[in-house]
Amino acid sequence: MTDILPFLKSLISTAGLSGHEAPVAKLIEEKWRPLVDETSRSRVGSLHGLKRGSGKEPRPSVLIAAHMDAIGMMVSSIEEGFLHITNVGGIDVRVLPGAQVTVHASSGEELPGVIAMPPARLLPEGEGNGVVAMKYLLVDTGLPPREVQRKVRVGDLVSFANEPLELAGDVLSGHTLDNRASVAALTVCLEELQGRNHVWDVWAVATVQEETSFLGAYTSAFQLRPSIAIAVDGTFAKGPGANGWQTHPMGKGVGICLGPNMHPFLHKKLTEVADQLEIPWFLDVAPRHSGTDAYPMQVTLEGIPTALVEFPLRYMHTTVESVSVKDIQRAGRLLAGFIASLEADFLEKITWE
Amino acid sequence: MPPFGNAQLKLLEKLCSAIAVSGDEGEVRKIVLEEIKPYADEVKVDALGNVLALRRGRGAKRLRLMLDAHMDEVGFFIVADDGEGLYRFETVGGIDVRYLVGKQVLVGKDRTPGVIGGKPVHLMEGDEFTRKVPLDALRIDLGLNGKAKVGDRAGFAATFRRVGQTIMAKSIDNRIGVATLIELFKHAPAGIDLCAAFTVQEEIGLRGAKVAAQSFNPDLAIAIDSTPANDLPAHDSSENTAYNTKLGLGPAIYIADGSTFHDPRLVRFLSEVGDAENIPYQFRQPGGGGTDSGAIQRALAGIPTVSVSVPHRYTHSPISLARLDDWKNTLALLHAALKKISPALLASR
Repeated sequence: MTDILPFLKSLISTAGLSGHEAPVAKLIEEKWRPLVDETSRSRVGSLHGLKRGSGKEPRPSVLIAAHMDAIGMMVSSIEEGFLHITNVGGIDVRVLPGAQVTVHASSGEELPGVIAMPPARLLPEGEGNGVVAMKYLLVDTGLPPREVQRKVRVGDLVSFANEPLELAGDVLSGHTLDNRASVAALTVCLEELQGRNHVWDVWAVATVQEETSFLGAYTSAFQLRPSIAIAVDGTFAKGPGANGWQTHPMGKGVGICLGPNMHPFLHKKLTEVADQLEIPWFLDVAPRHSGTDAYPMQVTLEGIPTALVEFPLRYMHTTVESVSVKDIQRAGRLLAGFIASLEADFLEKITWE
Repeated sequence: MPPFGNAQLKLLEKLCSAIAVSGDEGEVRKIVLEEIKPYADEVKVDALGNVLALRRGRGAKRLRLMLDAHMDEVGFFIVADDGEGLYRFETVGGIDVRYLVGKQVLVGKDRTPGVIGGKPVHLMEGDEFTRKVPLDALRIDLGLNGKAKVGDRAGFAATFRRVGQTIMAKSIDNRIGVATLIELFKHAPAGIDLCAAFTVQEEIGLRGAKVAAQSFNPDLAIAIDSTPANDLPAHDSSENTAYNTKLGLGPAIYIADGSTFHDPRLVRFLSEVGDAENIPYQFRQPGGGGTDSGAIQRALAGIPTVSVSVPHRYTHSPISLARLDDWKNTLALLHAALKKISPALLASR
């Protein structure tokens, strides 16, 4: 197995906020091109990689989806050279004061910046002591106001810029591991499938705009008409502030999720493959909306049997999201093992009772 | 004026990247000693960890001038091991807890990387989203079974970045003062005995400066520090009249702060030097806060003292922002002052 860490670090260091995924799509396409038979883009920018199976045509196909978009911010107005911002996706405003950011300026430049929390006396009465609302925070590029006015426009994107940090026990920490870590897992899966027989066609898909509207998953599932689909995403890891039933230990295996967005037969099959391959796994449950690409894909076209493979991620939607690289590799191996196990008539075996 | 270019910027980057939480200033002390030893007539590390260095001038009736810059920074102290790589911590110095969630830190002598995380927004209930996270709910996370020791210090990890005239860095307060003092020491004019005090524990009560002043017993003193510039727009676009200092207007000369009325002879002298040499300067708005001058002025039988600071934004946060021209003008003003200063100045009160 190749070491996925360097690619994962480059993935989280590449821009691609929801709706503006082109830079990271290019990086992923370069990585996937030698691993698949062809690559293409959907009309809305999702990346499709097709690895053809060995079965007779017409072959069934499995779509494995990882969203590549990132949460971030957008310039909403400019005042005296400082930038007001609004959110792109579900930002936790509490991580913003003192965060390092990059302003993707209309001028084509990437401007370093820092998010300023104005002192209480510059804020309305009562706003200065608790969590300061996003509308009062400012991005400071340190540039003179005239230069900012010349380079930056309303609508320019602002992304997190803190560098990836390797922690003890094969843990990587940084922004945007949700969900670039899943893109890495898909890459591990494609690498594992090299030189291995699989009967089904495989569509590896890096979807757009999961964080805002699930646009990429809806549209790629429609266009590619897969026989079955698997979403890959992070779930909540146990850690400071998170110890409820929704949380699972980091570094101890992959999650195979059960709930209304997931077909129980596929769930069972995934657990069997995990057991066969001795990949440690845990049962995750999502009683309603899974909050992942499994939700849109299931209801596309006449309905698609869908599953969800996960890995625990600490501090989701913060600048210091953390994952176990071992879990990412396990998720990739599980996907590859599952795909290789699919027989030509597997689709007919999928039953409810 | 002393040279000001890439070498000085590199020195500042090295100093800002070092971690020296109050009481554990070793990393900065090491850099300071390396830089100043070749220029010092006497140098020692005292009982608290201050670096005290003397560079003698030539000629008769030399002023004994103490220049002070504190080496320490605000940061964290590991107080308990929660197991599995998670550690409880206390803050050292004035850190607003609202800066902590989602930040990267470096822990202990080995600079072990860690993060301060927060609960995912998806799992929050009610108005949790709008409440600040208290310190006792936060942990430093070193990864799976990462190791630190109770007693280890930790500091923010932030990348040093420069764009044009702007630098963004951790601990500009007060590595920019330390770098200034190193350059002044290397290029000290001959007419004075320069007593350089690179002090400890400023952020927790000006403790190093007190003993440094008692040890040097100087004729007068200048504290070189970095002061907040709160020069942001107000929420309603009204005039911001309480900015403390503004970036780009040059070194900030203190007149009065929370603990000190700075010596008016020295305040006047510095402003006259700036006017004569065409070096821009500003007066820090009188108000709270303070620098090592508060301890130095009260030492022994009293020491005429003034403070000069480089303005910077976002003090005591993970990353601050300053302008190179303000730093350069601070160095220029102080160097010109050291050349012109004479014992006659003190006769005029």
